[in-house]
Amino acid sequence: MTASHVPPEFASSEDERPVAGAQSHGVSSSHDTNGSGHVEGHRLDIKGLFVGFVTGLPQLVFPIFAAFFGTRGTDNPLIQLIAVGAILFFSFFFRWIGWLRFRYHVGEHDVRIESGVLSRNARSIPYERIQDVSIEQKPLARIMGLGEVKFETGGGEGEDAKLSFVSLEEADRLREVVRARKAGWVEAEAIDGNDQADMPPIFAMDGNRVFTFGLYSFSLVIFAILGGIAQQFDFLLPYDLWDISHWIGLAEKRGVSVDDLNGIGWTARLILAAGALGSLIFIGLLTGVIRTMLREHGFRLDRTAKGFRRRRGLLTLTDAVMPSHRVQAAVIQTGPIRKRRGWHALKFVSLAQDSKEESNFVAAPFATLAEIWPIANAAAIGAPDSSIRFRKGRLIWWLNGFFALVAAMIVAMIATMVFADAPLSMASRMLFVPLLLLPIWWLEWRCYGDATDASQLYVRNGWWRQSLIIAPQIKVQTIEIAQGPIARMLGLASLHFGIAGGRLEMVALPLETARKIRNAVMEKVVAVDYSAINRSP
Amino acid sequence: MTEESAPELTPLNPAWVTATRIASAIGLLPFVIGAGVLEGARLLPPGSIIVPVMLLYVFVAFIVPSRKYRHWGYTTGPDRLRIVRGYMFYRDTVVPFGRIQHIDVDQGPIDRRYDLATLTVHTAGNHNSTVALPGLTHADALAMREQIRAAIRADVI
Repeated sequence: MTASHVPPEFASSEDERPVAGAQSHGVSSSHDTNGSGHVEGHRLDIKGLFVGFVTGLPQLVFPIFAAFFGTRGTDNPLIQLIAVGAILFFSFFFRWIGWLRFRYHVGEHDVRIESGVLSRNARSIPYERIQDVSIEQKPLARIMGLGEVKFETGGGEGEDAKLSFVSLEEADRLREVVRARKAGWVEAEAIDGNDQADMPPIFAMDGNRVFTFGLYSFSLVIFAILGGIAQQFDFLLPYDLWDISHWIGLAEKRGVSVDDLNGIGWTARLILAAGALGSLIFIGLLTGVIRTMLREHGFRLDRTAKGFRRRRGLLTLTDAVMPSHRVQAAVIQTGPIRKRRGWHALKFVSLAQDSKEESNFVAAPFATLAEIWPIANAAAIGAPDSSIRFRKGRLIWWLNGFFALVAAMIVAMIATMVFADAPLSMASRMLFVPLLLLPIWWLEWRCYGDATDASQLYVRNGWWRQSLIIAPQIKVQTIEIAQGPIARMLGLASLHFGIAGGRLEMVALPLETARKIRNAVMEKVVAVDYSAINRSP
Repeated sequence: MTEESAPELTPLNPAWVTATRIASAIGLLPFVIGAGVLEGARLLPPGSIIVPVMLLYVFVAFIVPSRKYRHWGYTTGPDRLRIVRGYMFYRDTVVPFGRIQHIDVDQGPIDRRYDLATLTVHTAGNHNSTVALPGLTHADALAMREQIRAAIRADVI
């Protein structure tokens, strides 16, 4: 699509006069009707070809290396250049062919995408199946004023449909059109959606907040990445990276011997160790801050007519929308350290996937509870009432793991005594393992709690990553009472609630309580018309 | 309501026991053949492989299905389907009709011989997104499908 800005009012004019509407888009022969099977549509932005080519260059590194070293034997250096150039040219050429053969069409009932050079693929995405339209802008695309539009369809199988890349105006227009069509509205509210841009966001994070968040996101992942790179490319280095004697030799050449190191005093060693630890912590904090800044910079969550709109990112801008009626449950997470300062995260469970690492929609990654509850309320999820008492599970349920481990250790003890002739005093040390782990089970028990009230279910668990899940009872899909052999002896049961996009489990309940909760929740569930909760009001 | 599990539940069709016996007898046959081959290699004293394998085979293929059968049961209300199964690992699942996305009725070759079918309901939940009820007569399965479909349609209207 090379046409510049298309006003959102266009959405309705296409509704009334589909052919004229399509022509105003610069599509020449749009006389196709449903019968012909061939969909004339829009092309992607031609500038996207360049962006795709540049971002795809890393994939060409190995072919280029191969071409470069493969032709090294020849006398003429020009051949090397030609070989590398040919690879680049063909990469670009095939992308161009792909671009020529790619069409998308925003129709009456669906978005249609036709692609493929030799084998053609025609995909139809009905508006009702589109969970979410997100726009992503990677750095280069951002410079060129382009965006990648992703239609998320929820279904786990297959990839989501992507348009990479279209101009930003077109991306915004597509999102508005999809949103409008989905709800069956016309342009009146699309304009309303634009007006809302001036409203204050319901949650935003300034630079200080993002920085603090970064400090809590301590991460040593950089060492894993550096280690991985070193291992991948160590053949390029002139020496063997992993040969310690080489490094000792190198040090000795400079007049430092192992004896010198052994000879230095205890204080010096402590200082060295503290220095190493300190730099490790510093690097960990720095990585956390940088990664968080890249992801969360300028975080802004708006409440629009249809749902929540989230914008964030420093180099890669993302812009995602979560319709509020699709929220199935809320998860409030915190950790043992950040909890002391009152920092929590709010995520929404739905069928759509937020990103590769995070399946739930992050509505507020780092906020106080006072900020979180209004956001949750906007999605029709309430805070637990102060009168609600969380039920604790029976400790014995958690101790099952301990007993199982003790039994396994006793078997291992006997085995080492019989087969390895280990004395009892040595072998019995194995029993320390379950004892050392005992506090963890105890903490898990301490942190678990569940509750129900007139309309919601609450489950809280985890001692390290603490989370509280809140689900409206009407969003429950199935309820299951489960009992394993040990739980049966103890008279305990678990309740599994099936929720679209997530799960909720209450454990260590007496069987009678489990039945009572199930019956009460079922009354709520069957009373609500399913179609009513799945459609927007 | 639905306090006690046993009395009000409808058991599966008794032919399910026979069908499951045949299915697991055929399905587990490779293990018996494998045991026979190992036995033929005479690595261990005669009978030390084939005897326990055969005992296990007879137990799993012929005794387990009838035990399983005793613990299966289902009931349909005006607005829900309840399926109970398992003794060691007891599962009692309730699916509200209003949450069912689509319904399958499957019939395998052995099922067809005994006029049986499996009814599978799909929901949007991540946990228990498919709930299967085997051992219905084909006519019953179709009737239940119609009943659920009618309930869903009534829900939408």
